[in-house]
Amino acid sequence: MSEQQHGIWEATQASSKFQNLRKSYRGFAFPLTIAFLVWYFLYVVLSAFAREWVSTPVIGHINIAFVLGVLQFVSTFVIAWLYERHSSHKLDAPSDEIKHEVEKALGH
Amino acid sequence: MDAKTLSSVLFLAFVAITLVIVYRAGRSTKKASDFYDGGANFSGFQNGLAIAGDYMSAASFLGIAGTIALFGYDGFLYSIGFLVAWLVALLLVAEPLRNSGRFTMGDVVAFRMKQRPVRTAAATSTVVVSIFYLLAQMVGAGALVSLLLGITDPGMKNYIIAGVGILMIVYVTIGGMKGTTYVQIVKAFLLMIGATLLTVLVLWKFNFNISDLLGAASENSGKKEAFLSPGLKFGKDMLDAAGAIDPAATLASKLDLISLGLALVLGTAGLPHILIRFYTVPTAKQARKSVNWAIGNIGVFYLMTIALGFGAAALVSRTVLFRGYTTNADGLLVDKTGAVITDGGTSGFTLDHLKDLSADAKKLLVPIDPSGNVAAPQLAQFLGGGEGTTGGAIMLAVIGAIAFATILAVVAGLTLASSSSFAHDLYANVIKRGKATPEQEVKVAKLAAVAIGVVAIFLAIAVQTLNVAFLVSIAFAIAASGNLPAVLYTLFWKKFNTRGAVWAIYGGLAAAVILLVFSPIVSQPILPNLAAAPLFKDAHFAWFPLSNPGLVSIPFGFLMGWLGTITSNEKNTAKYAELEVRSLTGAAIGKAVSH
Repeated sequence: MSEQQHGIWEATQASSKFQNLRKSYRGFAFPLTIAFLVWYFLYVVLSAFAREWVSTPVIGHINIAFVLGVLQFVSTFVIAWLYERHSSHKLDAPSDEIKHEVEKALGH
Repeated sequence: MDAKTLSSVLFLAFVAITLVIVYRAGRSTKKASDFYDGGANFSGFQNGLAIAGDYMSAASFLGIAGTIALFGYDGFLYSIGFLVAWLVALLLVAEPLRNSGRFTMGDVVAFRMKQRPVRTAAATSTVVVSIFYLLAQMVGAGALVSLLLGITDPGMKNYIIAGVGILMIVYVTIGGMKGTTYVQIVKAFLLMIGATLLTVLVLWKFNFNISDLLGAASENSGKKEAFLSPGLKFGKDMLDAAGAIDPAATLASKLDLISLGLALVLGTAGLPHILIRFYTVPTAKQARKSVNWAIGNIGVFYLMTIALGFGAAALVSRTVLFRGYTTNADGLLVDKTGAVITDGGTSGFTLDHLKDLSADAKKLLVPIDPSGNVAAPQLAQFLGGGEGTTGGAIMLAVIGAIAFATILAVVAGLTLASSSSFAHDLYANVIKRGKATPEQEVKVAKLAAVAIGVVAIFLAIAVQTLNVAFLVSIAFAIAASGNLPAVLYTLFWKKFNTRGAVWAIYGGLAAAVILLVFSPIVSQPILPNLAAAPLFKDAHFAWFPLSNPGLVSIPFGFLMGWLGTITSNEKNTAKYAELEVRSLTGAAIGKAVSH
């Protein structure tokens, strides 16, 4: 690949359009990743160290541990849905646009 | 027709149908690269099902249901870790990987690095992780098929393991990625239908009242409410010889649970056979859709395992779940030393007198199958009408055949991942330095599939006494330690370089494997009062107190990647620009890296 083609990647990377896309992706995905990891480890740590509390019944034989477990499923579905919505509304269009510009410049 | 004949017929029918599918897929394969990515033209929905088929292994279907059936709530911890892990794949890995790689994990990790050292490292860890995972599945297959066909002869069990191994070699070498994908889609369908059927039948019995189901399960388990809370299997309170809580051993046991949680949640996005599935769709958008479909399928399936596990605990007797208790030649119940159990002055109880035993004497019983791997098939038999009924026989055979299908689909995916990496990373890019033709590559991949299959058959026969779920959690820990740090760093850290990648992979891999060797899984623990059932009962070198190495080895992998990077002067800013633009936009997708 020629020097000029290497230049296309770096110029694209430096463009404000790409930087905005990058910010929009990272600004959404990174905090959400930290959030679900913290929430998951909270659950695991409670399961290991707060046995008494999580054994407290809520309704009938359903206790806090069971409710927390089901909430992990719910939060996983919700986060997947939120990310899909963010990507299809905010990321797909600019990412396609940049892709076409780059491929045109590269002569593909 | 009895259950065994019916099981055999269903097994053979599944094998015959999948062989036809695989043969047709193999014939429609045109390009050499189709072996790796199946033509890269599956839809997000199809691939989502295939991912679910690749992921929901024997360990999830049989292992989780069995763990819940025997230990109650703790089995739930497995399913949550296995599911939440998909968010790492969705948010950070699936789309960038599809955009910037072609066939293997090594493609992405080596994108901006010196090819030979990084690809060698990536191929090594791909093969190690896949072999561990493969062993788990094949051991599970041996246990399952022998149960369903009533085989107790260990020699026959070896033939079954060998048979599974030969089938997976056939699937992979003839069908490649396309054939494997279709097998996984068929399996995912069957598994979802089977699990839904059992779940509805269980809930029906309890008038769809979950609280009643849980109540009956805790009652029948004999563990009361403790059965519905964490702590019967993981993070137990460990007692010393005098019966008091040993704080050191208890802490170790609780940290082991945290370690398992870490390995499960970070392992998925580092499993090579899962990563290469993202290459079978044409765009990042379809890769994202695949993960969303997979999360939906896998999530619903794991929710159903709760009903299956607690249903088995509520409806099936523990004697049946354990496949009975160990007895001596006279049919008398014995403890783990082989001595006849004595209770209240009376000695010599047979299995028929189990209910006469006191609670203390029951603790001495030794289950024949303490892993509970057969809880789901046993539940199916019960729901069909019980042992000896036609309905019971049909249900047992159907669910057994589905579990068998599950195993075949997963082992094919694993063999494909490791042989792809061997051919594409090691042979084409390291040995031939990128000068191999696609035809040569595929020939090598097929030979590698045969070799890996044969190695796996012999190893699986050697380790067939190990617990299936345990072997899987080890594979997850190794994947999270050796692969995930390198994948994340290379996608998101500009400074990351060759030395960082090599140190991250070998460092994480070595830490996980070495800690495993010195864990209570392999020999007796140095720390007193720690529970252990090691491979070598007479050896005492387990100075590492946890059975899952993840808590130490995963951070170590990340640390080594950072240390390697900052101690090396290599910079690849221009290549990182290309990787970043490609990974976020999909520009030049599917094209080789420019050099």
